[in-house]
Amino acid sequence: EEKKILFYHPNEVEKNEKIRNVGLCEAIVQFTRTFSPTKPAKSLHTQKNRQFFHEPEENFWMVMVVRNPIIEKHKDGKPVYEYQEEELLDKVYSSVLQQCYSMYKLFNGTFLKAMEDGGVKLLKERLEKFFHRYLQTLHLQSCDLLDVFCGISFFPLDKMTYLKIQSFINRMEESLNIVKYTAFLYNDQLIWSGLEQDDMRILYKYLTTSLFPRHMEPELAGRDSPIRAEMPGNLQHYGRFLTGPLNLNDPEAKCRFPKIFVNTDDTYEELHLIVYKAMSAAVCFMIDASIPPTLEFCRKLDSIVGPQLTVLASDICEQYNINKRISGAEKEPQFKFIYFNHMNLAEKSTIHMRKTPSVSLASVHPDLMKILGDINSDFSRADEDEEIIVKAMSDYWVVGKKSDQRELYVILNQKNANLIEVNEEVKKLCATQFNNIFFLD
Amino acid sequence: YRMEDKGEVKCIKFSLGNKILAVQRTLKNVDFLNFIPDSPQLEYTQECKTKNANILGFCWTSSTEIVFITDQGIEFYQVVLPEKRSLKLLKNQSINVNWYMYCPESSVILLSTTVLGNVLQPFYFKSGTMSKLSKFEIELPAAPKSSKLSLSERDIALATIYGQLYVLYLRHHSRTSNSTGAEVVLYHLPREGSCKKTHILKLNRTGKFALNVVDNLVVVHHQDTETSVIFDIKLKGEFDGTTTIHQFVLPPRSIQPYQIPVAGPASVTTQSPVPCKLYSSSWIVFQPDIIISASEGYLWNLQVKLEPVVNLLPDKGRLMDFLLQRKECKMVILAVCSQMLSEPGRGSLSVIATVFDKLNHEYKKYLEAEQSYMLVVEAGQSRSNLLLKRPIRTQAVIDQSDMYTHVLSVFTEKKEAPHKFTIAVLMEYIRSLNQFQIAIQHYLYELVIKTLVQHNLFYMLHQFLQYHVLSDSKPLACLLLSLESIYPPAHQLSLDMLKRLSTANDEIVEVLLSKHQVLAALRFIRGIGGHDSISARKFLDAAKQAEDDMLFYTIFRFFEQRNQRLRGNPSFTPGEHCEEHVTFFKQVFGEQALMKPTTF
Repeated sequence: EEKKILFYHPNEVEKNEKIRNVGLCEAIVQFTRTFSPTKPAKSLHTQKNRQFFHEPEENFWMVMVVRNPIIEKHKDGKPVYEYQEEELLDKVYSSVLQQCYSMYKLFNGTFLKAMEDGGVKLLKERLEKFFHRYLQTLHLQSCDLLDVFCGISFFPLDKMTYLKIQSFINRMEESLNIVKYTAFLYNDQLIWSGLEQDDMRILYKYLTTSLFPRHMEPELAGRDSPIRAEMPGNLQHYGRFLTGPLNLNDPEAKCRFPKIFVNTDDTYEELHLIVYKAMSAAVCFMIDASIPPTLEFCRKLDSIVGPQLTVLASDICEQYNINKRISGAEKEPQFKFIYFNHMNLAEKSTIHMRKTPSVSLASVHPDLMKILGDINSDFSRADEDEEIIVKAMSDYWVVGKKSDQRELYVILNQKNANLIEVNEEVKKLCATQFNNIFFLD
Repeated sequence: YRMEDKGEVKCIKFSLGNKILAVQRTLKNVDFLNFIPDSPQLEYTQECKTKNANILGFCWTSSTEIVFITDQGIEFYQVVLPEKRSLKLLKNQSINVNWYMYCPESSVILLSTTVLGNVLQPFYFKSGTMSKLSKFEIELPAAPKSSKLSLSERDIALATIYGQLYVLYLRHHSRTSNSTGAEVVLYHLPREGSCKKTHILKLNRTGKFALNVVDNLVVVHHQDTETSVIFDIKLKGEFDGTTTIHQFVLPPRSIQPYQIPVAGPASVTTQSPVPCKLYSSSWIVFQPDIIISASEGYLWNLQVKLEPVVNLLPDKGRLMDFLLQRKECKMVILAVCSQMLSEPGRGSLSVIATVFDKLNHEYKKYLEAEQSYMLVVEAGQSRSNLLLKRPIRTQAVIDQSDMYTHVLSVFTEKKEAPHKFTIAVLMEYIRSLNQFQIAIQHYLYELVIKTLVQHNLFYMLHQFLQYHVLSDSKPLACLLLSLESIYPPAHQLSLDMLKRLSTANDEIVEVLLSKHQVLAALRFIRGIGGHDSISARKFLDAAKQAEDDMLFYTIFRFFEQRNQRLRGNPSFTPGEHCEEHVTFFKQVFGEQALMKPTTF
């Protein structure tokens, strides 16, 4: 039985208990399968915990157990713990579990591939190595609706600047001819992806929640690397590698880049991920793993991409400021909303603060976030377009709208507002923020 | 026709329009002969007014105006009435003249004055007036020791290049100065203001030269090597603050040999034509583009062949600059574009971008000129718009349809190019058009979409649409709708686009109805306030097809209410052709479910 367990966290748990817990999960899945052969159980609610099941690849199961929140109450002078059984949202945490797998797959490939390459041993090693670190970065307390969407925030840009970026990417791919795919981001928002949507989605998550935040602090401390200016014969630019060599002048510098796995369903490609950044613009170059990038290649990349990207980044910045001035009237949006489009995974939130290395902070009460999650669950059950308006406590109204593949959630706080007024407000929001898309009302 | 023999003829010239013939037989006077139908052909004579002056030559400046150039000045005459057979002196100017030169294109006469002959005095003639332009001095290669004539007529040419009059001076190589060879110095001669040295064309060789100007290019023939070099003063050269120094655009090449057809009886034409001896010493060159071979008895017009240029100029940007200035350039340019997109010798994207930018720069200039012309025409149709001419579309204007038919559509059809490159090129062209703010034609977008779809690059297409790279239009939206079966998100993209167009509300309703989203369609049309005029039958048809009784009931009731509101009666009029739906409604919900006419 023990052999069935590929990875267990925390590892300190006694062997028999591990086996017992895993056995229970297996039993539940098997048992529920008899009722619904195609859709086995996804989660199990108990008083203390909630368990989530996920079968990412055939015969491989991932299970996550989340403890229900506890409230300490005093009864007769004695502390009593009460489990909040209904606080956790199934959709949020099953999404988190699925993302765990996606993230693992991005950096390690599929379970099956590992089994084929080096048997159970290799797979266990990889799982251990990956999840040991990854699990620490999960902040389960602050997971919310955005984790369900796992969307991509796109950078708003005018056509001309966008075309310039296109042109830049095409030229870079031409001069660095081993580059297979490219992605372009500005201000942690996506502008271009040469990868397919699903791969980009998880790569985006990695970049914005892990890689970029890690490099934020040194950036804030000192204005980019000072080494750059001393490089002879090199135009001054702000380009630098976020993955790979730190100092190009050091002949000993290691050119090791993280490997990623994409298109695992069909072509199964293994790539080196080179992330290069100048000011707020970041480019990801992905090159085939069979060609190890040399220091010479890195220097070439630096000398070609660096100066051009620096210019481009300031162009974008300038253009962005112009656009902001034109549409100046709507400075800080009055509305707190979350928008998500299933078609292109575009998400937009005025509820969340900028993502920090640790957590994405929601600026509204968790209860409201929970309502949003509930509305989302309702939407996912229905095929039709619909609209839900909820009156929450203390003058808050929560509106959820679903139109075609788009979802919009708005939180309004107006004293003594009635249903009609709330409806009007939402219409106003759609007219100002979403006038260029087809939104049914 | 025969003229009486009155002595040796020195020079003979027709006036403009070939009405009057001027003949010079002596140094003192010129004889005239009218060629007017039905008038007696009697000669008349005009003697030069200045005493003791010898006539160097004469030239017609219009059909009735003639200038005598004597060694002591110039005299400007007019034949008032050819029938009267007399001339009237309009103006004269005394000045010592060594030799003269006339440019009929610009009606400018250039006189060589002073002892050395290097001070040139231009005169400009226009409808009876003669104006003296400011004189200027040609810098001689080395200060001559003796005071004899140092500037020869042979080394000077007058020609119009890019609409401006230039004096071209062939400065021979001199041993004293350390120049590497002979050069041609261009002096710009404006209508007003002084003449300035503006360009130097480096020949880098010595020997005998001759000049021609063809298609705004300066062609310098070199006899020793039997080759010619071409200069284009619009191309970039080294600028030293006052003058621009140009090297020749192309490596020296010989003029294409002319084959002299062998004359003879038709039966013996088997003989191959004899190639003509080129660069012979018997050649005489006239401006702008005439070469006469005295020994062979031929007169040629020099022309520029552009096709060979393509392979002689490796720098594509410079090649485009050169080609865009030529008269017959269109097909050559399009061929260059096709060539740089295909193997072997495919251009890099940055080169392609440069070429596109140059083409579109020219294209935009034309569009702007055309637009401002249209504006003026619209603004003042009655007023005199003689001042403004419709801009001429030269061959250098390569528009989107040219590019599409001759270059891009052919290029995308080719399978050998990697699709990444194909798309990059298309995007580069679109970027370039955008940069010059030229509205992009639908067929280009169609080409982009077709190419992306062919390679299953839907996500790429999606991103392009998301950033409005492909501008909104009804045809584009329809094209997207047709893609829905292979790429479902195209539906959403298409609806968004129709919404943004704001003139496509009918289409939106159609799309929604086709998806049986009848309620959505109805709410949409109500939202824009068009629900009073829509066809009830169309919506009821769609509702019935959706096979949802509740939906049908709702829609039916909506239209009953509309009838009630508009006409005071809930029933449908025969014109609405809804009888079958009324029957169906009764069948399903019963007669009593029909709305009763309310009476107040």
